[in-house]
Amino acid sequence: MNWRLWARQVGAVLKLELKRTLFSRRAWWIYLLAAAPVLLCGAHAVVLLWMQKRAWHSLAEDSIAFAAIYHIFYLRLGIFFGCVGIFMHLFRGEVLEKTLHYYLLAPIRRELLVLGKYLAGLVAGVTYFSLSTAASFLLLPSHFGPAHRDFLFQGPGLDHLGWYVAVTTLAVAGYGGVFLLMGLLFRNPIIPAGLVMVWETNNWLLPSAAQKISVVFYLTNLCPVPAPPKGALAILAVTPDPVPAWMAIPGLLLVTAALIALAALKARRLEISYAE
Amino acid sequence: MSAGAIVFDNVSRFYGEVLGINRVNLTIPPGVTSLVGPNGSGKTTLMNLMTGLLRPTRGQVRVLGIRPDDPEKLFRVAGYCAQFDAFPKGLSGYQFIYSYLRVHGFSRADADQRAWQALERAGLTEAAGRVVAGYSKGMRQRVKLAQAIAHSPQVLVLDEPLNGLDPMARAETIALFRSLGEQGMHVIVSSHILHEVDRISDQVILLSHGYVVAEGQIQGVRSEVKEQPAQILIRSNQSQLLAARLFERNHVVEARLEEDGRGLLVRTRDADSLYLLLNSLVVEMGLEVEKVEPADEDVNSVYQYLIGSEGSAT
Repeated sequence: MNWRLWARQVGAVLKLELKRTLFSRRAWWIYLLAAAPVLLCGAHAVVLLWMQKRAWHSLAEDSIAFAAIYHIFYLRLGIFFGCVGIFMHLFRGEVLEKTLHYYLLAPIRRELLVLGKYLAGLVAGVTYFSLSTAASFLLLPSHFGPAHRDFLFQGPGLDHLGWYVAVTTLAVAGYGGVFLLMGLLFRNPIIPAGLVMVWETNNWLLPSAAQKISVVFYLTNLCPVPAPPKGALAILAVTPDPVPAWMAIPGLLLVTAALIALAALKARRLEISYAE
Repeated sequence: MSAGAIVFDNVSRFYGEVLGINRVNLTIPPGVTSLVGPNGSGKTTLMNLMTGLLRPTRGQVRVLGIRPDDPEKLFRVAGYCAQFDAFPKGLSGYQFIYSYLRVHGFSRADADQRAWQALERAGLTEAAGRVVAGYSKGMRQRVKLAQAIAHSPQVLVLDEPLNGLDPMARAETIALFRSLGEQGMHVIVSSHILHEVDRISDQVILLSHGYVVAEGQIQGVRSEVKEQPAQILIRSNQSQLLAARLFERNHVVEARLEEDGRGLLVRTRDADSLYLLLNSLVVEMGLEVEKVEPADEDVNSVYQYLIGSEGSAT
C-alpha cells in the first residue's frame, strides 16, 4: 500500500475542493445560515447594553437561552441544512457543472476521492458553524461585562464553549456523512433531505435500536446545557434516551465511518452521464 | 487478450432501452485510430467505455491489459480529452493542469514541470495565468488536450479534439497526434471532419447505430466494400484512347474524362485486372502514364459507401 501517494492524492483533492467549497459565491445562503444566530445574539447584547437593563434576566438565563438556540437552531436546522448544501454539492454539484470526470480520469482510488471531498466539506462546515457557535456563545451574554468574563475564565464558560464546538464538529461530521451519501444516491436533494429531517426530528418516537441510526441521538446529550423543555419549538429539542459521552462520540464516528464507506462503495460504481 | 492493444470483447452498452453500442469486438493496435460515424452512432460511448466513465452492460474491455474499472492503474497509462466543455471554476490554465497532476500523485516540482511542458505543447504558455473561463473555445479545447497529455500517457483518447480550433491550431494538433502515433502511442480520435480523419489516421473504425460497420486500415476497409466499384484515376497522354480500350472489358463500369483531357476516372469492379490491363496497354499503345491512384480509398468515400448520408459527418 502506498500511503504517501494516497495522502498526497487526498491532499490534492482536499485543496481543490476547498477552493470550491470554502469560499464560494454559491454558498451565500450557508454563510447567512451561520451568520443569522450571531447577528441575533449580537443584537441582543447591543440592545441590552444600550438600554442598560441587565437586571431583566440573569447570566444563567442567557446560558439557557443559548442552549435553546443551539439545540433548536444549530443542531436541528442550521448545521443540518448547511450540511445539505455543502455535502450534497460535493458530487452532485460537479455532475451539474460537468466537471466530475476530471477526477474520474485520474489514477486515484474512488475511496480516496470520497475521503478528500468529505474532508473538504468537513473543514468548510466546521469553519462556518464552529465560528458561528463560538461567536454566538460569546456575544449573547457579553452585555454582562465582568460577570461574563468571570463566567468564561473562572467558571464553566470555556468548558461549555469547548463542548459546543465539539458537538458542532461532530454534527458536521455526522450529517456530512449522511448527505455525502445522499448526494451520490439521489439527483434531487430536497426529498431525501426532508426525509432525513423527519427521521431526525422524530427520533425520540422510534424504538431504542432505531434511535441509534441517527446523528442527533448521539449529540443532544453531549451538550453542556440541556435544551429547555418549554416553548413552541421544544418538540424539536426532545432528548432521547441519554447516551454517555464515552459511547456517544465513538458511536457517532462509527455511524459516520459506515456512511462514508457506503458512499465510497457507491462511488466505485459511479458512471458519468451528464445528459441525465 | 492482447496486453499491448485496446480490446473490446463482445461489448454491449444499453442506456435503459436505448442502444449505445452492440456486440462490439475490436482490437485497436498502436498508432492513430479514428472513430467515424454520424451523431448517435456510439463513438462517445465507445470512448467512455474505454476509460471507465461507463461500464459495459455485457462483455469486457481491456486497455493494455488493464480493466477500465481500475482507475488507479488505467490512468497511469491513459489520458482522455472528453467532449465536455466545462472546467472547475476559478482556475487558470496552469492551475487546472497542475491541480489534477497533483491528484495523480505527482510531487509539486514534478507537477509544475509537467504542467508547463503540457501547456507549451498545446501552445498556451502565454495564456497559462488566465482563468480558463475567459479562454476562447479553441483555447479551452487545447487546455483540455494539454491536461490529457500532461502525465505522458501511452493511450490517448480524444473526443472531437479538433472542434473549435482555428486552421493553424488544427494543423498543429494534427501534427501532434501524428507524432504521438509515430512514437508508438495509441491515439484514439473521434471526428466528424472526414478529410482531416484521413490525414490523421493509421486505421479507422466506422460506426453506425451502435454497430461497428468496418475497421482497419482505410485501404483494407475500402477493398472489403465489394459492391461498390473501385475508382481509379489515371493521368496519361492518351486518355480518350485509353477509355475506349478499357470499355472493352466487362469489369469497367464507367470511365470519365477530366476537363483537361489527361485525367481519366475509371470505375471498375476488378481493380487488380485493371492494373494488369493498364500494364499491357502501356507497352501496346506506348502510353505515357503520369499518375495512377485510387480515388476512393479515403475515409469520406468509405463513409459514404458504408454509412451513406444519414449522418452529419462532413
